[in-house]
This record gives sequence, structure tokens and C-alpha cells, in this order.
Amino acid sequence: MRIPRLPFPVWPLGAALAVAGTVFAVGVFTGAGANAEDGEGMGLRPVTDKTVQAECGACHMAFPPGLLPARSWRAIMGKLDDHFGENAALDDETAKRITDYLVANAADSGNGNRRVLRGVRTNDTPLRITELPWWVREHSREVRPGAFKDPRVKSKANCGACHRGAAGGYFEDD
Amino acid sequence: MKPKTISIALGALALAATAAVAASPARRAILDGYAAKAGAPPSVARGKAFFLGTHSGGKPDISSCTSCHTRDPHKAGRTRAGKSIEPMAVSVTPSRFTDAAKVEKWFGRNCKTVLGRACTAAEKADFIAFMAGQ
Repeated sequence: MRIPRLPFPVWPLGAALAVAGTVFAVGVFTGAGANAEDGEGMGLRPVTDKTVQAECGACHMAFPPGLLPARSWRAIMGKLDDHFGENAALDDETAKRITDYLVANAADSGNGNRRVLRGVRTNDTPLRITELPWWVREHSREVRPGAFKDPRVKSKANCGACHRGAAGGYFEDD
Repeated sequence: MKPKTISIALGALALAATAAVAASPARRAILDGYAAKAGAPPSVARGKAFFLGTHSGGKPDISSCTSCHTRDPHKAGRTRAGKSIEPMAVSVTPSRFTDAAKVEKWFGRNCKTVLGRACTAAEKADFIAFMAGQ
């Protein structure tokens, strides 16, 4: 069987695609670079602990611990029976294990990205990631009002609805 | 039919029903445990009514299991935070009600949210019996 030959050489197409790809890649890269200076787009270490993944990730994504300071994690874990209006109660042993992990990897632990704490007073204990000045700034500039009410998004806690790499810790602009 | 034959036939029926309700030994043990504590056999019909019903005493905006799980147990539900919840129906999610600690954890949380109190052992048994047949 003979493979029919295309009536035109193929390489220019490949070359054109390659060039387009490069231009696109450079565009995205510079975009990300420029944005990074404004504090946009962020990579954070995702949760690696199995218990934390399973328990925190049951109702929402297991948020990277680097998104809040240790004092915030302690406060949140200290009242799980009223977790932003939900009952998220856990047995003491599991709660302690999760708290230890979150505290050890918190934004102010030395492992974290301190950018998320900009504008947060040291005597303030933020409980919602979405109320951090950094988060508000990032999401007020580019996200159209009402996007969080879209049924596909439903909640500001649903990072993955827009940040497709969220589960892996990539919160770049999507 | 002689009474003895009837009782054997009824016994066989009950066995078959129980087998359909709890094919997994782990689920069977959990269901039996709640039924024993309740002191009465579970009721699929009561479980269905409980699941679909509107309750009072809990959070007014989450007054039914269906608020998050939807009215069709074969369909995925959704948490308030937007995350998908695996269907409750055992035919769709065979791992449902096979981990005693997990079952207790979620009844503990959700009964307080929806009813404002802990569920009784009978309510738990009914609920599992209903979902196991779905």
C-alpha cells in the first residue's frame, strides 16, 4: 500500500507552528514575568500529608498551608464545629495531626511565601484566605464581578474552577 | 401453605432483602450495629423519607440532606465550597458506608447541620438501608 503524498511540502507548516508556538510561549512567559513583579500568579507547595489531603480536601480543596500564618491555622483548627458555618468536627488526634502540619508549613514558617502576608498586621489573625489583602488585590483587578456567583464556581473557596493547576499548587493567572 | 413453609419462605425473603441491602460485609456490620442499637429492623421507606424530607432545628438554609446531595442519590452532590460529592447510592459508589469511623464522622457533622441534633441509631440504620438499595 502506498501512502498518498500530500500535494504540498509539510515542513513550512511545521515551521509555522513552531514559530507560533514559540511566540505564544514567549508571550505567556513575559506575561507571567511581568505579572510576577506585580505580585500576580503564585506557586505554593501543595499539601503532601495524606490525612490533611483527605480531611481538609473532603469539602474544598486542601488549601496549601502557606496561604495563612500559623496563628490563623491554629484558630481555624480550634473551632472546627463551626467552620465558616459548617460542622467540620474531627477527633482530637486527627485534628492535632492536621494542625501540626499546617503550622509547620504556614506562610510565616520560613517555608512559606511571605507575599501572602503583606498588609496583614501581626496582631491580626485572618481566618479567610480570601480576605487577605493580597488575595483581594489579585482577584479584584482581573476577575469580573459576579464570577464567584457563577454556578460553576459557586464559592471563592473553589480555586480549581479557574486555577486549573491549583491542586498542584499552581495559582498562575488562568 | 403450612405455617412452617410460610415462615421458611419469609425467612428466605428477609435474607435476600438483607443481602441486597448490604452486599459488603463491612457495610452489613455497620448497618447491623445501628439496627441492634435501635432495637428494630431498618426501614428503607423511612430512610427514603428522611433523606428527601425537610427538617427543622438545624441550619435553615441546609434543612435537608438533599441541599448538598441533590434529590437523586445516583447523582453527585456539591458542597457549599463548590466541591463535588460522590453519589450516595451504593450502586454508584460501592465504598459508601464501609468505613465505620467515616460513617460516624459524617452523620455526626451533617445531622447537627441539618437537624440541629445527633441522629438516632434508627435514623442511621434507615438511611444506610435506603442508600444500600439505591
